[in-house]
Amino acid sequence: MTQKFDSLPAEIQKKQYGEMVKEVKPPPPVIRNVFWAFVVGGLVSVIGQLFFNIFQNWGLGRLEAGAAMSSTLVFLAALFTGVGLYDEIAKVGGAGTIVPITGFANSMVAPAMEYRSEGLVLGVGARLFTVAGPVLVFGIVTAWIIGLLYYFFR
Amino acid sequence: MAAPKKNGQQTVWFQNQPVILATATIVGPKEGQGPLAQTFDKVAGDNYYGEQTWEKAERRMLMEVMQTAVQRAGLTPQSFDCMLAGDLLNQIISANFVARDLGIPFLGLYGACSTMYESMAVGAMLIDGGFADYVLVGSSSHYATAERQYRYPTEQGTQRPLHNTWTVTGAAAMVLARQGQGPRITHATIGKVLDLGQGDPMDMPSAMAPAAADTIARHLLDTSRNPDYYDLFVTGDLGVYGRELAIKLLKQKGYDIAGRYIDCGAIIYSPEQDTHAGGSGCACVAVVTCGHLLQEMKAGRLKRFFGVATGALLSPTTTQQGETIPAIAHGVVIEA
Repeated sequence: MTQKFDSLPAEIQKKQYGEMVKEVKPPPPVIRNVFWAFVVGGLVSVIGQLFFNIFQNWGLGRLEAGAAMSSTLVFLAALFTGVGLYDEIAKVGGAGTIVPITGFANSMVAPAMEYRSEGLVLGVGARLFTVAGPVLVFGIVTAWIIGLLYYFFR
Repeated sequence: MAAPKKNGQQTVWFQNQPVILATATIVGPKEGQGPLAQTFDKVAGDNYYGEQTWEKAERRMLMEVMQTAVQRAGLTPQSFDCMLAGDLLNQIISANFVARDLGIPFLGLYGACSTMYESMAVGAMLIDGGFADYVLVGSSSHYATAERQYRYPTEQGTQRPLHNTWTVTGAAAMVLARQGQGPRITHATIGKVLDLGQGDPMDMPSAMAPAAADTIARHLLDTSRNPDYYDLFVTGDLGVYGRELAIKLLKQKGYDIAGRYIDCGAIIYSPEQDTHAGGSGCACVAVVTCGHLLQEMKAGRLKRFFGVATGALLSPTTTQQGETIPAIAHGVVIEA
């Protein structure tokens, strides 16, 4: 009773099965995800702008207000991560929470919280940058390359 | 000449059918809010279960179910000839450390989420082969320990895909004996590792469904039985979508089990709990088998079932290196 499927060559079995999986697997709700990413990401930016305006009102110059605003957002993201709220928001917001500076803060606080049990040095210290590390590496390398290109092709 | 207790290619039958004397289960709060809440012996208040780390919590859960099952069988740890256990953590530390504290001769096993049934199969062989009077079998898993090992830190803001399954927090243990009253293990089918090219670590059911279908089909062939011989077919953690895949694959092989088939991962959580595709982890099939299924058997609503636990045999390293996910499924027949 072993049917034709089992006697097909492996590559064809894999391909046919892959198609079966595609049929059964639920597609990601792209429109819903995009909508909420836009709304949540936009809200984060609006909140940032609000803080920026507030700091300017308090007499800070443009650059200082910008720095203060970034620090505040990072602080809030870290706080939300610490109390377990950030991942609830990210579940809905998706890319809207990951992309801004808030996502970066969350990606550092999350492993820091998690690896307490492995100690301060090899646990928290080493793991702080597990997710943020690549961001730094590739960001800095890209900046360096662009700088080089700018220098030669200015 | 074939080995005397072998049926076909991958199935063995037991002459002196091992008896399931007692079981014990414990789950985390999420599972304790699910549809099977009443079937678990104990529900932990939170995922730390009074311990400093999640790993310690998982160990404590496994230890407690082992001790409870031993007590319920009217035995002590010294009565046991062998302990078979495993879990998802690197080097199966949950099982190792519990074995240390119980002091029973120990064979650690790893079959990912199929470990419980792998342990039952081997335990049954030890008893039927005359190598043991009493065997203690168990497995555990924990949402947080699995996430931090296989995926992301738990507070990381990630969006889980709809086909993702949720690792069950919990543990279960079972006492197998050469003599006594209780449901019996009559056959075991040892699975082969299958890989049909699925490589998404967030979608293990797609990788495991072919192994489940293969073991079920192989078992029916080996024993020359039709699907209607069994009241129920059970898979461990294929989840909602993996279950559909298994049904389709078995149809291709000429078997229709749709009307008598449940998946533990698909029934352990309710849709309102929003786990997406259902439950996974070693504990998933373990707590449902030792709890709900054996309770149904005791109540007379289930006479014989073929349970198949599925395991995805990947590691974080193989995924990063671009490998696909090989999977295995082990099956055991339990009759009232």
